Amino acid sequence: MTADTLSSLGSPGAVALMVSALLFSIGVIGVLLRRNAIIVFMCIELMLNAVNITLVAFSRVHGIDGQILVVFVMAVAAAEAAVGLAIIISVFRHYEVVDLDRFRVLKW
Amino acid sequence: MADFLFFLFAGGAVFGSLMMVTRRNPVTAVIFLVAVFFSTTGMFLLLDAHYIAAINVILYGGAIMVLFLFVIMLLNLGHANWSDLRSPFAGLVVGAIGVAFLGMLVQKLLGGAGVLASEPAGAALRAATEEQGIVGVVAGPLFTEYVVVLEVTGILLLVAIVGTIRLARRESA
Repeated sequence: MTADTLSSLGSPGAVALMVSALLFSIGVIGVLLRRNAIIVFMCIELMLNAVNITLVAFSRVHGIDGQILVVFVMAVAAAEAAVGLAIIISVFRHYEVVDLDRFRVLKW
Repeated sequence: MADFLFFLFAGGAVFGSLMMVTRRNPVTAVIFLVAVFFSTTGMFLLLDAHYIAAINVILYGGAIMVLFLFVIMLLNLGHANWSDLRSPFAGLVVGAIGVAFLGMLVQKLLGGAGVLASEPAGAALRAATEEQGIVGVVAGPLFTEYVVVLEVTGILLLVAIVGTIRLARRESA
């Protein structure tokens, strides 16, 4: 690592990248660690948000396209949240729990 | 001042996400996730992404989190009477995976730190925002260059609506 890189680590853009990496890793840990389907789902939203931070940080390097991509990521996240929560409700109706370890079959 | 605020929001985001992953009660986890989204909104503001900050707080902090809270209340999951954390051994393994993942990401991202500090497109972006307005600078490319993607996203949302209704409807004869 060069001294130039080291001195630039305190800039907002670089800090944003670090925070983004941290949030994404925490999201990964949450997805693997928790069994509550809703909390796993929230961790996925956290990971999407971490990616958004990266895109916004890099939009200061490559232009506005990063922010356009964030708009699409958010639209997909909203659609995904609606469909995913509908699946959780549908599965809950059958099993009466949201414990991921209890869901072993794809059909109901 | 701006740098201090930025570090404050960054710390808040990391703290909130750590709390969210470790809280047993889903409602508490939702509240901490809302805190994370507000912190990232502050970061977006300080990174000159004003429109993204606005829709982040409206869409994530407002719509999606209320949807989560609504489902938790609807299914009556607000009582934390079961620990959904996996076993301590699994926790160790998952922690190791997470740290390895973080190391990999940081190693990849450090290469971009220099170019991020100099932000070659930052000045042009700010000038465009001055000229076209906060919404205009995003809306311009969205409705010209990316208009096909925008239409496809519209179809995706329509499919999501239909799928949600089909999934969540009680099966009747």
